[in-house]
Amino acid sequence: MRKRRILCLVIIACSIIMMLSGCNTQNGGKQEKLKVGFIYIGTAGDAGYTQAHDKGRLYAQEKLGDKVELIYQENVSDTDDSCVPVIHSMIEQGCKVIFTNSYGYMDYTYDMAQEYPDVTFLHCSGSKSSDNMLNYFGRIYQARYLAGIVAGMKTETNKIGYVGAHPIPEVIRGINAFTLGVRSVNPDAVVEVVWTSTWYDPALEKSAAVSLLDKDCDVIAQHQDTTGPQTAAAERGKWCIGYNFDTRDVTPDSYMTAPIWNWGPYYADQIQKVLDGTWKSENYWGGMEDDIVQLAPLTKNAPEGAQAKVDEMKEKIISGEFKIFEGPIKDQNGEIRVPAGTVMTDEELLGFSWFVEGVNGVIPEN
Amino acid sequence: MIPFLKNALISGTPLVFAVLGTMYNEKAGNLNLGIEGLMLLGAVAGFQMAIITENPLLALLFAMIFGALGALIYAFLTVTLRANQSVTGLALTIFGTGLSRFWGKRLMGMVLSETFRSYFRPISVPFLTKIPILGPILSIFVEQDIFVYLSYLAVILSGIYLYHTRFGLNLRAVGENAAAADASGINVTLYKYIHILIGGALCGLGGAYLSLVYVPSWQDNITSGRGWIAIALVIFTSWNPYRAFWGAALFGGLDIIGFRIQTLNLPIAINQQFLRMLPYIATLLVIIVGSIRKTSNHMAPKDLGNPYLREER
Repeated sequence: MRKRRILCLVIIACSIIMMLSGCNTQNGGKQEKLKVGFIYIGTAGDAGYTQAHDKGRLYAQEKLGDKVELIYQENVSDTDDSCVPVIHSMIEQGCKVIFTNSYGYMDYTYDMAQEYPDVTFLHCSGSKSSDNMLNYFGRIYQARYLAGIVAGMKTETNKIGYVGAHPIPEVIRGINAFTLGVRSVNPDAVVEVVWTSTWYDPALEKSAAVSLLDKDCDVIAQHQDTTGPQTAAAERGKWCIGYNFDTRDVTPDSYMTAPIWNWGPYYADQIQKVLDGTWKSENYWGGMEDDIVQLAPLTKNAPEGAQAKVDEMKEKIISGEFKIFEGPIKDQNGEIRVPAGTVMTDEELLGFSWFVEGVNGVIPEN
Repeated sequence: MIPFLKNALISGTPLVFAVLGTMYNEKAGNLNLGIEGLMLLGAVAGFQMAIITENPLLALLFAMIFGALGALIYAFLTVTLRANQSVTGLALTIFGTGLSRFWGKRLMGMVLSETFRSYFRPISVPFLTKIPILGPILSIFVEQDIFVYLSYLAVILSGIYLYHTRFGLNLRAVGENAAAADASGINVTLYKYIHILIGGALCGLGGAYLSLVYVPSWQDNITSGRGWIAIALVIFTSWNPYRAFWGAALFGGLDIIGFRIQTLNLPIAINQQFLRMLPYIATLLVIIVGSIRKTSNHMAPKDLGNPYLREER
């Protein structure tokens, strides 16, 4: 018995030493640097949503150099209040600016903004703002429209599969823009949608794509944060379109392009404004004209002529000559929902709850 | 229908290994809630080895070793130190998740070579699929990748081991009544250790199927809760390896049936979340029915969850 007790004590002692040696003591240091905290829903290396944000953070760090210190915390859940202690601790460490990058952080970020009026908060993809908190997002649907053009020109079966995450306006808007892009070059093609009800489950999202491939789809697009659907397409020798991040190396013989984020310039700009003291709480929904969303460079798998068509439409979107959600737009039943000559307002886009003609799928009621 | 059933088996394959792993733990009288952690350890270790050596056998071996190492921590704490099994298991899940995340950080975005992946392409068994009428049905089982065949082997060997060998009998005795097993000359500690380790190795294999074959790349939390499903599944299939196989295929099928229903374009939408809830409801029903009927051979090993202390005999 005694031996065992000694053994236990040794183990406990060892683990305490390990824990202590794990702590780093880099507190203190220079005060003049502006400290900025980023809170991420996923991992910085997920080749997806969070990595796109982290790339933006690294860009801003490089751009602003010694004037700022940009720290981050990854894997913070947004389905509960996990972000609150993280925000507290970042502010305790001296952060004057906090970025929170997922929808579910919205209410907590708002509460924190009330509690710390001298800290600047920037929340991604939400709808709340105050004097010291703004919300920002990008019109990724513009890039999805262009991706739709590529898919529409590529498909031979005229069936394109789309693996959707959750049936919320953001995803529905993306599917609709994609479908309009597809039909602009290939009016016979349809977009088959399945929902996974997950953002992040590599195996399940692959299964969803497999079910679409079994239904004869030969191009797979996705609104997911993993490369699961792309892998499924590659294994069948079919084609795929990614999301968030340029993932050409994962499935080099199948990947064509992806709607991707480019947060860097916006992050650098906002932090610079805080440095200058000119920051104002202005909500932001930037598009291709600001270069905040892009279509990743087309690969050799993309169809011939797609590059020219994409470039042409990209120009028109940037110049404002072409609006994606301009009527006439029909819904799935063939009824005109947006009459000719009208453009859907941002409010309508933010509350999208119906599919355009050409989508094969159902929006589940919640 | 055939493609769906084929995919149900594939989707169930990580579960088959995990549920067999859980079963060995529980047959030895130890409730291990660390299955999710063990699967993640196996997944990340196997993937690392596959990147370094591109050798499928070494990758699988490494996955098993790390699954077993994780289980060794659990065995040491619960068998030797007699720590609370539930708490230790939960800690193991947290530890495995954390370690795999830390380790996997440098593996993110890495791609397995074409050669490596070609080892896990579906192989169809000659002649069997050519049989008229029966052929297509058989193809569900015999047009699969090597891992799926390995799962058949694991199930059959487990069945033979548990019900037709002396060791299996002894193991079940340890789980049912450790004191009686000890009295009859069975080395309880050794049995517990060996089978917890075997269980860990199997869980590691289950995780490796996801990172090496199904996904195949390293992504954080690649198991997404399949370790917990395995713990439910072992109850659902009443600690029987053959039933475990069918149960895993059923749960795997439930996981993906929603997509097939969605592609039928029915006028109403069935909520995917509702379908994913069904495995747990089924498990609850089995527990309720089992406790009403009190059929002893379907119940859990009697000494499940109790630490065995010889002095207390």
